[in-house]
Amino acid sequence: MSQIENEKVLVVPGQEIGDLSHRPGMGTYASDGKIYASQLGIVNERSGYINVQPFAGKYLPRQGDSVIGIVKDIGPNSWFVNINCPYNSMLHGNETQWKVDYGTTSQYLNVGDVILAKINHVDEIKRVNLTMKEHGLRKLSSGQIMTVDHTKVPRVIGKGGSMISILKENTGCRIFIGQNGVIWIDGELEGIAKASQAINIIDKNAQIQGLTEKIREFLGVYEAEEVDTALPLVEEPEAAPSPENEEPEHQDF
Amino acid sequence: MICLTEIKLIDDDGLRLDGRKPDELRPIKIEAGVLDNADGSAYVEWGNNKIIAAVYGPREVQPKYLQDTAKAIVQVSYNMAAFAGDDRIRPGPNRRATEISKITAEALERVILTGQYPRSSIDVYIEVLEADAGTRCAGLTAASVAVADAGIPMIDLVPSVAAGKADGQLVLDVGKLEDNKGQADLPLAYVPRTGEIVLLQMDGHFTRKELEMAMKMAIDACKEIHVIQQDALKRKYTPQSSVNTNEQEAEQ
Amino acid sequence: MKKTIIPEIKKEFINKLADEGTREDGRGLSDMREINFETGIIGTADGSVRLSLGKTEVIVGIKLQIGTPYPDKQDQGVLMTGCELKPMAHPAFEGGAPSMEAVEIARVVDRGIRESGMMDMYSFCIVPGEKVWLVFLDIQVLNYDGNLFDAATMAGVLALHNTMVPAAANELGDDYKLPVTLWPLTATVVKIKNNLMADPTFTEENAAYARLTISIDDNGDIRAMQKGLKGALTYDEVIRALDIAQELTQNIRASLQKSTGV
Repeated sequence: MSQIENEKVLVVPGQEIGDLSHRPGMGTYASDGKIYASQLGIVNERSGYINVQPFAGKYLPRQGDSVIGIVKDIGPNSWFVNINCPYNSMLHGNETQWKVDYGTTSQYLNVGDVILAKINHVDEIKRVNLTMKEHGLRKLSSGQIMTVDHTKVPRVIGKGGSMISILKENTGCRIFIGQNGVIWIDGELEGIAKASQAINIIDKNAQIQGLTEKIREFLGVYEAEEVDTALPLVEEPEAAPSPENEEPEHQDF
Repeated sequence: MICLTEIKLIDDDGLRLDGRKPDELRPIKIEAGVLDNADGSAYVEWGNNKIIAAVYGPREVQPKYLQDTAKAIVQVSYNMAAFAGDDRIRPGPNRRATEISKITAEALERVILTGQYPRSSIDVYIEVLEADAGTRCAGLTAASVAVADAGIPMIDLVPSVAAGKADGQLVLDVGKLEDNKGQADLPLAYVPRTGEIVLLQMDGHFTRKELEMAMKMAIDACKEIHVIQQDALKRKYTPQSSVNTNEQEAEQ
Repeated sequence: MKKTIIPEIKKEFINKLADEGTREDGRGLSDMREINFETGIIGTADGSVRLSLGKTEVIVGIKLQIGTPYPDKQDQGVLMTGCELKPMAHPAFEGGAPSMEAVEIARVVDRGIRESGMMDMYSFCIVPGEKVWLVFLDIQVLNYDGNLFDAATMAGVLALHNTMVPAAANELGDDYKLPVTLWPLTATVVKIKNNLMADPTFTEENAAYARLTISIDDNGDIRAMQKGLKGALTYDEVIRALDIAQELTQNIRASLQKSTGV
């Protein structure tokens, strides 16, 4: 299936995408000696694996991911947090920087509060535990939050963090993108409005070519600025564009 | 009073009441991703059937006691809008809708890779906005497109259609009067990738030979519907491409 | 309806924007979202419309059947308005019997139409005391993003204007257009902190303190009202809401009439 290496092939579930000379990767399954797509998306091949990069789907929590969550319920020594995935996650009092005594949880976090957290552990039946112990993980107390499909997160970050740099520089906002697709923006009202509109454009047009140009245009950046991709300005504990998170190439077809 | 049994379902030229040949589908149009809130959705126009399917999930199971620690459960709710039939339909669940919901869920459960989402629920809602016979098949056809649109991993899409018998002759994609006045009805859903039958019902009267032929007829048609389903999903991400339906063929 | 948790910072953000006279989607406080509709879309209905108000999307279907009148209104037809908030339309909606919210929406829509005199119920009588037209107006919500009151009323009124009475099928002569003339409309306003906002989205409804729906007829007179949510309104706020509602309904009525060729 060498043509797949060069072209962007759009596939639907059930479509044959290779044989067992490759290993079945994400978004695929193997059956009868062949590999088939299990999700709607674009085929890619990486280190012997054949994958389908899906266009949509629910975020599945992974250990080490940085996420933004909303507190939805409180227990005597823990909180239940909605992290925009099929499962509730739990944040135990011991996993915070506070000294939380039994029965005093609501003094620290209440229902509706928004937190920046990291996924500490996911067990085999997808019970999720969060932590807020690391530096920078905290309660978010101003700004705006919005949600995009988590499959679009790499596009919002951009290659080497290029897209998010453009957004930050041209709106004057602090932006944090959770791996779960929840995004926090803080700054002047006007800047927040602009940044969220730009993110909506990315969300709607994640599949198109020249998205960066479109966003530059929207933000009124006409001169093709040099963006220092090697040293992205990270003032927050950024959802670091980890390798699997990075935009592979242009997703056009 | 006209005696309805005297209506001829197949005319002297071998054509049906709506002008179709015995093995011809009605025009089918599918559009993927039509609703904003749902995780996945699809709209199908199939003859005069108008059906919308929405998928939420995988998400938390409601009610919680249905939760399975090994896999996702698939819950389907099939419903007819109050204005979808000839007479107004009293809102709320009934035995027919409950049965269709159950067999549709079972058909989808076979193709969805539920093991990837333990303790969760995939909720499918099928709303029939206008009914014109064959709503369970059209509903399942739309629902499987909606599941794929939601990005839920699955083995294949699930096309579905009914074959039947009218005026003693085998007919594909049974129409309204053929359903009411015909001699047999056989709704079937087929997984083209694996060759499996995942929904099968029948009522009426078939000989053994007729049944075999009716099943083959439905399976062949499912392969045709499968192409329209695939096209609907691809078209969502390639807006410039033209609509691929079976109407071009139907006109020939 | 399941409880939806709106993040505290989002509520604060909506408040801040409102103080500046704007909203999350960039609208002014008294602006309505874009309205799109298509009539006659359901073949099995006697009248129908699919309408979207921003991302809120509804279908209204009208069915007429012959039935018996109410004992106290022997010479009048019957209007029955139904609404279900199906889980298809929003994750907060649950299956099963119509929720309290659904019943409230159906009754508010019904009241606006009924009280306006848009339908002369006497004209729906066939044989006094025996046979009258039962008019079923069913609201099907496809996608919910707030303000169903206004969306469903608009769709209901448009659908009634689109309705043909199925006389022939009931051996009562030729089919004819349902005799309706007026265009009663509602405008819903919510109070967020000290600001009033028209046509609230789902998030705004959930951040709001109080809500007021006002039904207004072609003359600008008030035909029905419904205050909702757990907060309260001052006298002055009601007056401001009336100003907004009168202006909004007048504009919408004009544009609906224009696009249906009235």
